[in-house]
Amino acid sequence: MSTSPNIARVARVVAAKDLRIEMRSHIVVQQVLPFAGLVMVMFAFALDNDDVLQRVAGGLVWLATLFSLFIVVQRSYAIETSDGALDALRVAGVDSQGIFLGKSAALFVQLITLELLLFVLAVVLYQVQLSLAGLVLLVTCVLCATAGLAFVGTLYGGLTAGAHGRETLLPLLLLPVVAPVVLSATRATESAFLSGGAVLADGWPWVGVLAVFAALFGIGGLLSFGALIEE
Amino acid sequence: MNSTAVRSVGTPSTRLFGLLAIACMTWVVVGGLFFTPADLNQGESVRIMYVHVPTAWVAYLAFIVTGVASAMFMFGKKHSLGFDRVAGASAEVGLMFMAITLISGSLWGRLTWGTFWEWDPRLTTTAFLFVTYLGYMAVRGLGGSPQQRARRSAVVAMLAVLEIPLVHFSVVMWRSLHQRASVLSTDGDIKMDGLMLTTLFVGVIGFTCTFAWLVSHRQRVMAMRDILLATQLDSALNERIAEGSQS
Amino acid sequence: MDALSTSIIDLRDVVAVYNGYPALAGASLSVEKGEIVLFQGPNGAGKSTLLRLCAGLLPVERGTAFVLGCNVQDERERIRSRVGLLGHNNGLYADLSIADNISFWASMVGASQIEIDAAMSRMGIDGSLASRSVGNLSAGQKRRCALACLIVRRAELWLLDEPHAGLDAKGRDEIDAILREASQLGATIVVASHEIERAQHLATRNVAVVAGRVQERS
Repeated sequence: MSTSPNIARVARVVAAKDLRIEMRSHIVVQQVLPFAGLVMVMFAFALDNDDVLQRVAGGLVWLATLFSLFIVVQRSYAIETSDGALDALRVAGVDSQGIFLGKSAALFVQLITLELLLFVLAVVLYQVQLSLAGLVLLVTCVLCATAGLAFVGTLYGGLTAGAHGRETLLPLLLLPVVAPVVLSATRATESAFLSGGAVLADGWPWVGVLAVFAALFGIGGLLSFGALIEE
Repeated sequence: MNSTAVRSVGTPSTRLFGLLAIACMTWVVVGGLFFTPADLNQGESVRIMYVHVPTAWVAYLAFIVTGVASAMFMFGKKHSLGFDRVAGASAEVGLMFMAITLISGSLWGRLTWGTFWEWDPRLTTTAFLFVTYLGYMAVRGLGGSPQQRARRSAVVAMLAVLEIPLVHFSVVMWRSLHQRASVLSTDGDIKMDGLMLTTLFVGVIGFTCTFAWLVSHRQRVMAMRDILLATQLDSALNERIAEGSQS
Repeated sequence: MDALSTSIIDLRDVVAVYNGYPALAGASLSVEKGEIVLFQGPNGAGKSTLLRLCAGLLPVERGTAFVLGCNVQDERERIRSRVGLLGHNNGLYADLSIADNISFWASMVGASQIEIDAAMSRMGIDGSLASRSVGNLSAGQKRRCALACLIVRRAELWLLDEPHAGLDAKGRDEIDAILREASQLGATIVVASHEIERAQHLATRNVAVVAGRVQERS
């Protein structure tokens, strides 16, 4: 029951199921994407200065991602708990590492879609410039940061979903953990945008921090997810 | 019933820690406030150090104790709840010391740097540790069976061991890349004479003993509550069996 | 010697705790393959706890419990994949169609399209019904979909908690017919219910659960 091909199959089936639910319900596309876009517009209202916006654009994109992360994670577990589906998976002895990887993968895809929109908005609303070398840095940064966010979101989302109806605890648990991701991804993105006199080469060490974060919490999540959702 | 009634409030080890703590604390209060000299640069505010440094040490010690006890619970063969109680007691007491560290640190910062808060890596990491532990205590309060609570909180404590070094490392990197004009007139280095050093050292021992004393009492209270629950379970079971045989 | 027993369920003086309460206070029971056993008793008697224990969800405090030849105490993982527990929730994804829900469980265990089709026809789920979202279905249709998931999962032991709850007379008769057919095909079925007259004619054996203990009645 706990052989590695089984983990891969469970992960694939769970990820496909989560994405299929999104394809049929359009919750992320119709509700979370507009919310994240509105947050970007609100930042422009609050800061009200083109120079400042251009300089802090990277930080604003990642803050908007962070706010949306809470909603997407809660949605990801609302579908599991509304009719006891997560309980059914657990009762049926479905491999918990497979569930963790599958839900992380689905979360990753949804977050990447969201960030794509946010970066397009940053270029349009905040007049950010991007070179080709900057684009390479930015894409690597987004991939590493999103992997980290997806792992941590799945892990702590599973913890609060297992304790029925305590989803309000999620932001308190998640915020301190993702602080290094927000800090590192913001600095790397600023380097990619060359905002405020940032240098491109300074961005790469931050991508290293993001990769280490994703690797550590990916392994930590694989090892501990079963203990978190078990009754 | 009798065996619990005979139990006294303390044990030899808690009495030893308690007496040591009282002796050391007396030294710190008297020595720190009256006998040690004021610092050349910082003046009288240097005396905050005798509380700030030991509480910061104890805060991080508590974090390590919680992490180690959580790992012992998870990887031990028996998944003994005793380790869970030590982890929870240490986190509770550590949270209090962390709050004292943050408050005394920002008071000292106001007097020395002119600001309550600086984005110093040590300060920032301690603040994150504090928030993480608030979350840990909330997870302990989620309910469920004792084993379930122990498993959940052990995982959260071990994830914090991953998280805190990453927070510290990224803040260090952040500050070193952003060379801004420093408002720090002093980096906190103090030229210490023998009495100051001794008082600080006694303070570290005193606060550590206070920590050990509080944690051993707290985990004893938690153990007694578990015993009480087990006794209640036994009587509930007997009631249930009696109820079944009547019908 | 217990491990060699051919019984599907074999409990001896089992004590189990649920939410800090001794819900089972010394239950002994044995169930053979192909039986349809009815647990009856008032609310709070321990029926649901008994089902959860048999599904490997609760630790055994005292006594011994074997399910499908495995010890519940230390072989829970092996039991779980072969047991299907249907509680008050159906465990379905409301945004997916019936067909999606069933094929989700089918690909979990590697069941073929033939098995999926067979399960759906046994549940009386035809093409137009299969493509509807589970969220829009009636309680009876949801219950049938959940049972179809148990079939494609190839569950050997079905543990059903109040399977007739919330259904009209027609829905109840449909569930009864499905359960009889499943037991003829080799599944062992345990049903917990407090509606005695409803479920009695379904069962091959009735068992009274009173105050956390089991009293056999024929």
